[in-house]
Amino acid sequence: MPLLEINDLTVDFKTSGGQFRAVDGVSLTVDRGEILAVVGESGSGKSVAMLAVMGLLPWTATVSAKTLAFDGRDLLTLTPRERRKLVGKDMAMIFQEPMSSLNPCFTVGYQIGESLKVHLGLSKSERRKRSIELLEAVGIPDPERRLSAFPHQLSGGMSQRVMIAIALACRPKLIIADEPTTALDVTIQAQILELLVSLQRETGTGLVLITHDMGVVAETAERVSVHYAGQKIEEQPVAPLFADPHHPYTAALLAALPERATGKHLPSIPGVVPGQFDRPPACLFEPRCRFATDRCRTKVPPRQGAIAGFALCHYPLTHGRPIGHPHPEGREVAA
Amino acid sequence: MNAPVVLEATKLARFYSVSRGAFKPTATIRALAEASFTLRAGKTLAVVGESGCGKSTLARLVTMIEEPTAGELMIGKTDIVTADKSALQKLRSEVQIVFQNPYGSLNPRQRILDALAEPLVINRKDMNAAQRKAAVLDMLKRVGLRPEHANRYPHMFSGGQRQRIAIARALMLRPKILVLDEPVSALDVSVQAQVLNLLVELQDSLDLSYLFISHGLAVVRHMADEILVMYLGRVVERAPREKLFERPMHPYTQALLSATPMADRDRQRERIRLKGELPSPFNPPKGCAFHPRCPLAFDKCRVDLPVLTRHGETEVACWAVERDDRVS
Repeated sequence: MPLLEINDLTVDFKTSGGQFRAVDGVSLTVDRGEILAVVGESGSGKSVAMLAVMGLLPWTATVSAKTLAFDGRDLLTLTPRERRKLVGKDMAMIFQEPMSSLNPCFTVGYQIGESLKVHLGLSKSERRKRSIELLEAVGIPDPERRLSAFPHQLSGGMSQRVMIAIALACRPKLIIADEPTTALDVTIQAQILELLVSLQRETGTGLVLITHDMGVVAETAERVSVHYAGQKIEEQPVAPLFADPHHPYTAALLAALPERATGKHLPSIPGVVPGQFDRPPACLFEPRCRFATDRCRTKVPPRQGAIAGFALCHYPLTHGRPIGHPHPEGREVAA
Repeated sequence: MNAPVVLEATKLARFYSVSRGAFKPTATIRALAEASFTLRAGKTLAVVGESGCGKSTLARLVTMIEEPTAGELMIGKTDIVTADKSALQKLRSEVQIVFQNPYGSLNPRQRILDALAEPLVINRKDMNAAQRKAAVLDMLKRVGLRPEHANRYPHMFSGGQRQRIAIARALMLRPKILVLDEPVSALDVSVQAQVLNLLVELQDSLDLSYLFISHGLAVVRHMADEILVMYLGRVVERAPREKLFERPMHPYTQALLSATPMADRDRQRERIRLKGELPSPFNPPKGCAFHPRCPLAFDKCRVDLPVLTRHGETEVACWAVERDDRVS
């Protein structure tokens, strides 16, 4: 049984312009001791899907799913009281902006101790001891003195370390890290990623890494799930994903990276991610896809098998060539 | 190679004094110290570094938003420190800037047409409204937008389109130098590629010189001809692009290169771990500012400030490099 099982998750938001589908039929599993990367551009629904798992969405959102289970417990029928016992204890989340996720009014020690008190019922001295341990584990120098520091006295990297310490406090089974390093400098980013991966190895937790940075994915993840406009469009282990992407979007995204470019001209993807009002009827990537045909415009693409990376596509690619496509060269689309 | 020099900085510096309350003496922050570089016509000079390294201060000096505290800055044949008001005004239209955040840099209450025409209204008194409109429409076409976009407001555009508009606005006065302050770091990968392509095309067709400021080494590798690496207000290495990526000399450059995650799994390499974080600019370390985090630091680094010295095509400020060079 996987640690986290999501089957056919859909999230709708009520907006002034009508219903907006932010997550559209996403299925994912995460095992114990595994690092899964969820990749996508802004608006791909990657954060919203994970917030739905945590139960952190606002009242305007409607969450529905065939299965949404964590460690054998159904998250959909959980009462708020039960959920509060689970969130922060068995599953924890690290957010993107460490500076704005910590409460500026309380000391670091208080904020780490909070979950230790609520979930584990530790006494004051035990909390202090464990907090110092945690700060040491995340590599904060002089942890005893840092306990009485306020968030504004910490740098971005330090705040993110504190966030990680809070997430680790109750030894969770699953950590969801939502763009944990996007706001940080590269040398600090390298430190934080290394820390996350080594802690994950030591404790055997499952780790979901939400990111848009393909470089971070290549260097940390084991399995990658690629999202586009609310749908999961491909899933593969990390090495084959970079070697042979099966969905045209993944292929185009990888080709558009400057570090993979061969000439001065980057093979960019024309157009933008569809929004609420210009959602294509069938395949969502069709307007930007160089292999799109009439079939893509009218018929919703099928989910391919494991060989084709579970690609959501009529003509999944193998080594850059679409299978079963009438014109495998594709068309040149103007940028 | 030897295109004419359009911008030359010599020992450029900018200090800020910061009040720290009534009972403490005012502190001085050296945001930028002794930066020397040249920018040639049609070329791209990239400035790389982490937050607090002085790269945005450099952009403000070059665009004449602020005056340098010390040093010399030549734009074309004019020294901006000694230039009079009218000369400065003329220079300002030759250096334009594109900011990082396209959501914050466009006035939400101004139509695109008005935003793009504004520089002409102020600087080109000889043009009438019809000529200005024609110039705006022409520029919109150049940056890949359609004429009907001219009457829309900024909120109707996506991030990539807004950045195109910001680029168009910067080009309205036909500048020679364009300062790009992290122009693509707020954009998604697929859109980032579109904007980078546009910048390359514009550079070719308008013979622009770019001062490209970024913290993303992958982007810099794609765009730059020459690269300045900065750390805590000082240039630590200056090298042509190929040299910097093939053989980085300064330990900070090496660490920066190895810390950048690579999407190419064949190109991944051993990571150099940097301990600690950027020191406080109020109280920079004595000697080389990098020594507390440097794996190669020795006694001399803690006392003396290294100066930029030439090694082949690369200029580097590091005592460890000097020492090894003398030995070998």
